[in-house]
Amino acid sequence: MREAVMKVFRGTDSGSGEFKTYKVPIEEGMVVLDAIHYIQGYLDPELAVRWNCKAAKCGSCSAEVNGHPALMCKSRMDHFPEGQEITVEPIKTFPLVKDLVTDVSWNYEVNKKIPAFKPSENADWTFMQEDIERVQEFRKCIECFLCQNVCHVLRDHDRKDVFYGPRFFVRMAGLEMHPLDTENRAGILKDQAGLGYCNITKCCTEVCPEEIHITDNAIIPLKERVVDEFYDPVAKLFKTIFGKKK
Amino acid sequence: MNQSKTSGAPAELGATSRNDAWWVEPALVATGFTLFIIYATWRALVDYQFQEWGPYLSPFFSPKITLPGWQWSPAILILWMPAGFRATCYYYRKAYYRAYFMDPPACAVGHFGGEKYCGETTFPLVLQNLHRYFLYLAIVVVGFLWWDAFSSLFYNGSFHLGLGSLVLFGNCIFLSFYTFGCHAFRHLVGGRLDCFSCTSGAKTQFKLWNIVTKLNEHHMLWAWVSLCSVGFADFYVRQLAAGVWTDIPFIGS
Ligand code: SF4
Ligand code: SF4
Ligand code: FES
Ligand code: FES
Repeated sequence: MREAVMKVFRGTDSGSGEFKTYKVPIEEGMVVLDAIHYIQGYLDPELAVRWNCKAAKCGSCSAEVNGHPALMCKSRMDHFPEGQEITVEPIKTFPLVKDLVTDVSWNYEVNKKIPAFKPSENADWTFMQEDIERVQEFRKCIECFLCQNVCHVLRDHDRKDVFYGPRFFVRMAGLEMHPLDTENRAGILKDQAGLGYCNITKCCTEVCPEEIHITDNAIIPLKERVVDEFYDPVAKLFKTIFGKKK
Repeated sequence: MNQSKTSGAPAELGATSRNDAWWVEPALVATGFTLFIIYATWRALVDYQFQEWGPYLSPFFSPKITLPGWQWSPAILILWMPAGFRATCYYYRKAYYRAYFMDPPACAVGHFGGEKYCGETTFPLVLQNLHRYFLYLAIVVVGFLWWDAFSSLFYNGSFHLGLGSLVLFGNCIFLSFYTFGCHAFRHLVGGRLDCFSCTSGAKTQFKLWNIVTKLNEHHMLWAWVSLCSVGFADFYVRQLAAGVWTDIPFIGS
């Protein structure tokens, strides 16, 4: 039977933690999460991993496989060349709990700061498909936080103090582009959310398992809306003369 | 669990667990840009005596501007517009932040640079927000280039079609695909609306937005194709003007 060599991070602290190597028999259709489950079941029952659906829909099993931020349940073993070691590490941008499990609660705190959907009092709740299509793309998000993990503003620069991160720009874009929403979040986007810290290098888009065009469809359109409101002198003048859009 | 990150997060340039050739893309991009910048600078500042030949005007020297007392290359008066347009373009920003600034050089790869990262929030990079003004200028420049391409069909009072005209038209098409696929344009023609069906004006804007979106999906492709086409169109006219190449006439002479 074919075997894969898995190098898995073990430990509760990245300083003292280390990689352990396991040999796992490969079966047809297997994904990295299956291999991790095999290790748990037969080789090392103490290995900690978080997962729920094994269907790339719950967003729990985010990790870094051969250095690529990915869902373990969406990373097929036959994708890797035979005989090559496969490394599995926890995502790096959030505090480690144990082995492959990290504490992503910072994200939930950020989420609470976003002004919620606010329809007008007498909103007509029928709307056309073309008006909601952009928002539907953003609603595909499974909150795996792989985009938050890979974003260099959080990962390398550690600017959690000034930057909400791509997942929350996706959420805010969905609210801002909603035909019935009346709230204006441009000021928050520019200041508290730190949209300007994003330098549109697109790593969030590269890793998103839901293939949301995070940069092109959420972040850049939001940047342009912030330009309308704060940077474009002509647009500003226009607004003063003809009144605000919302 | 006292640290804010799982440590081992790459702080050093190039630190990564990736085992693929992540450095190939930034290396190719840096090489491509550098070659183009060297060529364009040489043409604009050194080799600028070859600007036109017969019916063809090089895109680096269009429109023809004569300023009294201006004794330097006319390209200086023109090229800052397309250069500013590309330098502030969302695609090029991504490309050079990765390839030149290495911040980050590739995804999940350690970056270059210190602690004081401000992104595009402070001067000078905050000026990237004025990209749309360069878009307005770029549209004017593309307009002149279309004019040049059509004018090349009429030479010495009769219809004329040579390889040079095809080169100029090809360049206009690619430049238009690039310019009108711009993210700022996509916003201005319709993306800024929250409701596409609410007014008849919004419905028209929605149609435009859909077309621009189609171009925008391949913005990187058009950025590169048009960069090559504008460089080649200039080089073609230069070679004719320098007498190195001869044009191939199809109709007329
Ligand atoms: S495009 Fe912006 S938000 Fe996305 S990973 Fe890059 S810097 Fe972060
Ligand atoms: S936007 Fe994509 S990568 Fe980010 S949390 Fe949602 S699904 Fe995950
Ligand atoms: S286990 Fe649910 S996304 Fe992988
Ligand atoms: S975004 Fe590339 S030209 Fe405007």
